[in-house]
Amino acid sequence: MTSSQLIGITTFTYLFSTILYAAIFIFKTKRLGNVATIFTIVAFLIQTAGIGLRWIESYQMGMGRAPLTNMYESVVFFAWTIILIYLIIEWKFKTKIIGAFAVPFAFLAMAYASFATNISKEITPLIPALQSNWLIAHVVTCFIGYAAFAVAAGLGVMYLIKNTSETRQSTNDTTLLGSLPPLHVLDDITHKTMVFGFLWLSIGIITGAIWANSAWGTYWSWDPKETWSLITWFLYAITLHARYTRGWGGTRIAWLAIFGFVSVIFTYYGVNFLLSGLHSYGAN
Amino acid sequence: MKNSNPIWDFFASVKLALFTLFFLSTTSIIGTIIPQKESSQWYIDRYGESTANLFQILAITPDMYTSGWFLSFLGLLCLNLIICSFDRFPGVWRQIRADNLDIPQARLEKMTQQLQWQSEKPPEAAISTLKITLNAHGWKAQERKTGNGSLLFAQKGAFTRTGVYIVHASILVIFAGAIIGSILGFKASIMLPETKTTDKVYTSDTRAAIDLGFEIRCDRFDIEFYDNGMPKSYRSELTILENGKVVIEKAIVVNDPLNYKGITFYQSSYEPYQEFVVTLTNKKTGLKETAIIPYQQQQSMQESGLRLGIINAETRGQSVSRMKIWLTDDQGEPSLFWLDDGEQATVERSKNSYTISAKQMYATGLQVAKDPGVWTVYTGCALMILGLVVAFFMSHQRIWLFVREENDGKSSILMSGNANKNKAGFAKTFENLTTVVKTL
Ligand code: HEM
Repeated sequence: MTSSQLIGITTFTYLFSTILYAAIFIFKTKRLGNVATIFTIVAFLIQTAGIGLRWIESYQMGMGRAPLTNMYESVVFFAWTIILIYLIIEWKFKTKIIGAFAVPFAFLAMAYASFATNISKEITPLIPALQSNWLIAHVVTCFIGYAAFAVAAGLGVMYLIKNTSETRQSTNDTTLLGSLPPLHVLDDITHKTMVFGFLWLSIGIITGAIWANSAWGTYWSWDPKETWSLITWFLYAITLHARYTRGWGGTRIAWLAIFGFVSVIFTYYGVNFLLSGLHSYGAN
Repeated sequence: MKNSNPIWDFFASVKLALFTLFFLSTTSIIGTIIPQKESSQWYIDRYGESTANLFQILAITPDMYTSGWFLSFLGLLCLNLIICSFDRFPGVWRQIRADNLDIPQARLEKMTQQLQWQSEKPPEAAISTLKITLNAHGWKAQERKTGNGSLLFAQKGAFTRTGVYIVHASILVIFAGAIIGSILGFKASIMLPETKTTDKVYTSDTRAAIDLGFEIRCDRFDIEFYDNGMPKSYRSELTILENGKVVIEKAIVVNDPLNYKGITFYQSSYEPYQEFVVTLTNKKTGLKETAIIPYQQQQSMQESGLRLGIINAETRGQSVSRMKIWLTDDQGEPSLFWLDDGEQATVERSKNSYTISAKQMYATGLQVAKDPGVWTVYTGCALMILGLVVAFFMSHQRIWLFVREENDGKSSILMSGNANKNKAGFAKTFENLTTVVKTL
């Protein structure tokens, strides 16, 4: 087994997880619930092994570096973190339906990592600027934040779907969407997930600044990636304040969760491919 | 105590904060699309004369993030934060310091978390066991006699109400650090050839010379490559000198700079030369001589009386990997041999034997920065994380127990409590606590 085989397998297992969660949701077969969870946990463990093995392989190739330093590896790690955060939410809030909206993000990320032609899967050595523990801390913390925001966006979508159906029909227990958690629960979990993501994004920006300072002597240079991460951070700060001090909730927060995630995607992906700057390491 | 000055209210409002944050987010996008810090000619070539002019007038180019209008909005954010904090903090402080034993019983009866029960014990005994048990669970209770009974109060995390203010203050601290850095610091760079010394560096924006107040010398620069040809490390051996005396010697690499007297030297780039640094050591006398020799030119070494030259070289990109050396002491055949870059070899000549080492000559490119604000910025960052954790995950939890004597000598107890955040979590804490104290 090589790491790429293990990681490749997870692409399909996450697809299957998505289908299982969708099945619970669509056919209201609650019995499938545990199957979906166990299957997802196994897929997650396989991916963990794949990432670990890739780390070991880099040592065998004589460069020994954490598997977090190019576009391919970061997308794989992104998917891994989404599943981790989702599983924690499932365990904490005892609801499985969210899986149908969160796991697809992990599958899409993995599918992109596996099939996109514009990113390289090779284990390449690190150029001098990337040889720093702050870089590892930076990538890990940013991606925990991004993954939380992905899950929050999934929850936002759930909220909007459920909300539209409830306003159209007076009784909702008979409909497909009746099995979704109540609106106020969705609202609450969305908010908590965004708060969690905000903390990690803050730490991610800070560790990135420390890294830049140790490499170039400037902790902030308004490079497009930095600027976009700040824009994203501002957007979530706006969301928190709107909710906390102006009592926004429900639909508006759901939209902001989705909107915020669009900004995350642009920070993470758009900047590398559409704009130029210090962080263009992904564009190969 | 409401201050009703409309200007004050405007600057204290969260609406203004939302507007400023939104304005900063949207305008920040401009500078990520229109490249920053290019020359004015570059903008004219790219966007045409009139558009380039417009950009300049709007201060979008060459650097919108340090333009007056952008900095003004950052300033507005700070002002907003300061006024907002002054507006609200006194109220929060009153809540932290509040005398919670001075509470009408009606309020206790209205709290969401509450439980009432009877205890077999008389009030005095009930209160002392309650106090001990609460203490064992981390609730240090105060007591006060009231008209018809006794009130116990205990709280956790009153200080967590300051969490939000720590976050807001941390932003101001970070800005303060940035201002300190921009006023008292500088960003500069220098291309320093091996063996050369300088006491000046040149600022990155205007190329103005800055006196370091000491000297820095580059003793050696090395690049290492991976097998696939990618660069693995850039390394400069630097020496700091004061009045000609060596103070510090340190090898720097990217991510590991050299700091001296608040000025930091970062490895940032390099420049290969068509010249070679050759060191010759006489093995018997120990006499050492270094010379810089251009490619394919003969050089006489003064001290040892040898003549030598680099007559051929193999390269990898712009870097020499090995070179062919020609050397003679004018007695017998000249020595002719290949030497790997940076390595040394022994040459036997009729009279003496020598150690020779040779490497391609480089200049190391150093970023030179002085930023006395950086630790202020880092302190702000640490405060921000601390404040966020406190604001998001900790709450101020309060419990009250009102103990009243019943006619039969037993006591009746009302326990209530509340938390300012995470109400669901507090409900659980409250329930656990009541199951313990109820049976006392
Ligand atoms: C980038 C800038 C800012 C950040 C990162 C920030 C961060 C925060 C955070 C994390 C909270 C706590 C929210 C929660 O508990 O869910 C908060 C609350 C708050 N913020 Fe900000 N803030 C910023 C700017 C501002 C500004 C400029 C104002 C000025 C009016 C402001 C006013 C408030 C108020 C009034 C609260 C509620 C405080 C309370 O609990 O009583 N914030 N902020």
